[in-house]
Amino acid sequence: MTHAHLPTLRDEEWRYGNLAALQDMDVAAFENWRDIDVAAGEAVTQCFTLDHQGDADLVRVRVKIGPNARCSLFAVNTGGRYSRMEIVVRVATGGHFEFGGVTIGGGDATREFVTRIAHDEPGASSNQIVRAVHWGKATGNFLGRIDVVRDAQKTNAAQDFKAILLEKGATANAKPELEIFADDVKCAHGAAIGALDQTAAFYMAARGLPPELARKLQIRAFIADAFVALDDEAAQEAMLEQALAVLEERK
Amino acid sequence: MLKIDNLHAEIGGTEILKGLSLTVNAGEIHAIMGPNGAGKSTLSYVLGGRPGYEVTGGSVQFAGRDGTCDLLALAPHERAAAGLFLGFQYPVEIPGVSNLQFLRESLNAQRRGRGEEPLSGGEFLKLAREKAGLLKMDMDMMKRAVNVGFSGGEKKRAEMVQMGILDPLFAVLDETDSGLDIDALRVVGDGINAIMRDPAKGVLLITHYQRLLDYVKPDYVHVLAQGRIMKTGGPELAHRLENEGYEVVAA
Repeated sequence: MTHAHLPTLRDEEWRYGNLAALQDMDVAAFENWRDIDVAAGEAVTQCFTLDHQGDADLVRVRVKIGPNARCSLFAVNTGGRYSRMEIVVRVATGGHFEFGGVTIGGGDATREFVTRIAHDEPGASSNQIVRAVHWGKATGNFLGRIDVVRDAQKTNAAQDFKAILLEKGATANAKPELEIFADDVKCAHGAAIGALDQTAAFYMAARGLPPELARKLQIRAFIADAFVALDDEAAQEAMLEQALAVLEERK
Repeated sequence: MLKIDNLHAEIGGTEILKGLSLTVNAGEIHAIMGPNGAGKSTLSYVLGGRPGYEVTGGSVQFAGRDGTCDLLALAPHERAAAGLFLGFQYPVEIPGVSNLQFLRESLNAQRRGRGEEPLSGGEFLKLAREKAGLLKMDMDMMKRAVNVGFSGGEKKRAEMVQMGILDPLFAVLDETDSGLDIDALRVVGDGINAIMRDPAKGVLLITHYQRLLDYVKPDYVHVLAQGRIMKTGGPELAHRLENEGYEVVAA
């Protein structure tokens, strides 16, 4: 009976998921939404760490941003077999949603961010920066949907995804999904997947940096983009360290 | 100090260096000139250990910080720690990593490799300020990402600041003068003299033009053509090359 509740790969928002890992999950988790309501003019910042090492981890966040309010969420996703964070956002006029996410790790895990931003009032903005670093047979995904309704003129929405795959066998998927019904909006999206820059790696070695240290510096710089908007420097550093710790454990 | 003996090297199966021999003693500055495609940059990359450049014969002995070693047996970062510095014809951009961070990590990695104490933040900044001043480079530029947004001249100047901070025993400078205007050429030339003109140090200066040699007076000038040293002389050889061309002089 419980299986009837489980999503399938035919569901657009689950198409890169590791659904086998969901089989033993408590269905109650699907109803377990965390709500963040930001009142008019207020600002909220929250950091998330997804490091559950079991079969599946599902974190669902529902954000309501009031007029001229601001919500900034940051996440490091280093979870086990299947680790998924979903964020559903509504932004009111003058409001802003900011998201910075990093998926990083090896093994055969699938780690993903799935966001859905509803711009259904005019003059709101959103910005999402996701970085993925993977090796082994791991997969990193970013599925970002942005809906701009007809009345939401002057919407300014952007999403940017970049992935570095350290080894053959690792995978990254980007699925931007923009539905825009207003005619005076800015909606930018970009996605790039590549390997570490070997020219830079040699340059760094020529200055005396051992390969592991050079790689760490390069990856740190790469994922730091996701936390640029995190004003609290200590929190920013903590997020970076959490992500880089996984890199250190890499054999 | 550096003894290259009958060096053969190839890239992608094409032989570029065809039995190159050259000895540089401590306290000497040697200039290598030669036509395009002669193997000048290949020589610098082979000495630096760039991946893809395969040595198929010959040897390179280097009297580094730990005594004489087989240079070609060392990894690129170990060559740097032994005291070799490679000045790049096209310095590489490293987004997100500041010059100061890059050089502090590099210098301290080299020091650790030699069993020396790493420099503290304060000690390093003092050193960086001194060397940047020597090359007339603004400290604000040192805070920016490595070579990102630098003009051609600024990149070369930054290379020399790097050399000043890392204080190598031996420098291989690949077309450090290209892309420099007349004033920058003088500053860079003075920098090379200040940093590397020393009875315990050596320099291999790879250049297309005689101009730089007015500032950095070489003890020997070699003509590299078809993967070999074809001719060796004093500074006057550079003048002859400038006036008569490679074809006449090296024929």
